Amino acid sequence: MMNNYIGSGRIITTIIMAMCLRIVPWPGFLTGINPDWVLLVLIYWSIAIPERVGIFHAWTIGLLTDVLTGRLFGQYALAYSLVIYICLIMHKRLRQFPLHQQAFFIFFCLLFTQILLFWLKNIQNPAQLHASFWLPVFTGTFCWPFIYTVLRRVRLSRRTK
Amino acid sequence: MGYATLTQPTLKRHPAIKLLFATGPSINTRLLVAIIASVALLITEHTSQRLDSLRASLSILVDPLKYLVNLPTILIEQTSDSVRSYSSLKNENNKLRDEQFIDKTRLLKFDSLEKENIRLRALLENSFKLGEQLLIAELLSINTAPYENIVVVNKGTRFGVHPQQPVLDANGVVGQVFRALPFSSEIMLITDPNHAIPVQVNRNGLLTIAVGSGQLNRLNLPFLPNNADIRPGDLLITSGLGGTFPSGYPVAVVDDFTPMTNKPFVNITATPKAMLDRNRELLIVWSDTSPVSLGTSTTTNETNPEVHTSTPPPKNRTQHETPENKHTGETR
Repeated sequence: MMNNYIGSGRIITTIIMAMCLRIVPWPGFLTGINPDWVLLVLIYWSIAIPERVGIFHAWTIGLLTDVLTGRLFGQYALAYSLVIYICLIMHKRLRQFPLHQQAFFIFFCLLFTQILLFWLKNIQNPAQLHASFWLPVFTGTFCWPFIYTVLRRVRLSRRTK
Repeated sequence: MGYATLTQPTLKRHPAIKLLFATGPSINTRLLVAIIASVALLITEHTSQRLDSLRASLSILVDPLKYLVNLPTILIEQTSDSVRSYSSLKNENNKLRDEQFIDKTRLLKFDSLEKENIRLRALLENSFKLGEQLLIAELLSINTAPYENIVVVNKGTRFGVHPQQPVLDANGVVGQVFRALPFSSEIMLITDPNHAIPVQVNRNGLLTIAVGSGQLNRLNLPFLPNNADIRPGDLLITSGLGGTFPSGYPVAVVDDFTPMTNKPFVNITATPKAMLDRNRELLIVWSDTSPVSLGTSTTTNETNPEVHTSTPPPKNRTQHETPENKHTGETR
């Protein structure tokens, strides 16, 4: 349990970096498949240190993501708090899963978020969407092992005093 | 609510102990509160403008990220500017000087023509809008909504930008300000599927509406009958109807015309004149709301030094921060 204690600075830094990655203009077709980094990072922290990252944190960060990406207020806040709720409830089981099984779980989390966003978008103004709207779900799933490894290293690296 | 709980966990208590004696509402209650709060926000913003100030204040937290992400692009641009060879700079300088010379000569007659136009319209007892003010805004190279044609620029309400302002570039209409935040604003391009712009055919004044297609190089004209007098190559200009866009700016060129005899409307596509995918600099326009009658000159916005007025064209255009001035300034 002692190892679990890490500074808020590190969590906030990783989330800020995820937000940057979210809006970086990727070249060419990569733009369309840019996964939801913020949610992936949030999921990691909620599984790794559920006592530090709660639903209201997720909600606040979702609100900031709404502002960052110019969405209607509350879209990402709603999606993130729902996904983090599932993660918090299942965190003990998720920690035991091997990476590929975790990735499977992440896939459904991302898919759920995307469906929710799609639904909210359709309520506002029905417009046809390109099929690539769903691609970030798959890229996000493939990015999970990478994020897991990196953030685990961040978490376990020696605490700076 | 969110802020209150954000600050709470920093109480000087070891997290292990916190886990043992879990305090505060249960996780289900928290989720319920979060859902209710989000849905309330969604409904409030969808139905009214009341949350604009909240968004503006939150954007102050988030906007530094936009500038941070934009930083590499600026650095690359500046280094490529500073390492450019003398000859290429000289060539560009010459080219720009030639262009400016031609533009200036074209504008020589513009002033008198404008006055004449006002006088003629006064004879017809017709109001005439002129005196547009321009603000140069630079695109931030960030990507917020990959499925919508929305771009972010670096000027916001601090510079007086407000929603629904028209945005132009050197070639034509780009779009309109969709949302203005303090330090940045979002611009909806004319090619966005949710955007429509009233246009007229420059050749014969035929009025119609150009709707965005979602692709950066295409506009649709879905409201023209089969026998409409329109040809490929026709220039579409803003008609000024609707009041958002000032009239007379080029929008697009008609490129395809397929009459469908079994349907009441033709399928016409047009290519936007503005270089929507290549621009770095855009012009945000203030059109004067009060129509100008004969002889009165419009007041310029003196409070804002970055707003350039273009009313007396030849004199003030030279004071603009033209690319030429910029480059010569850097080489010295």
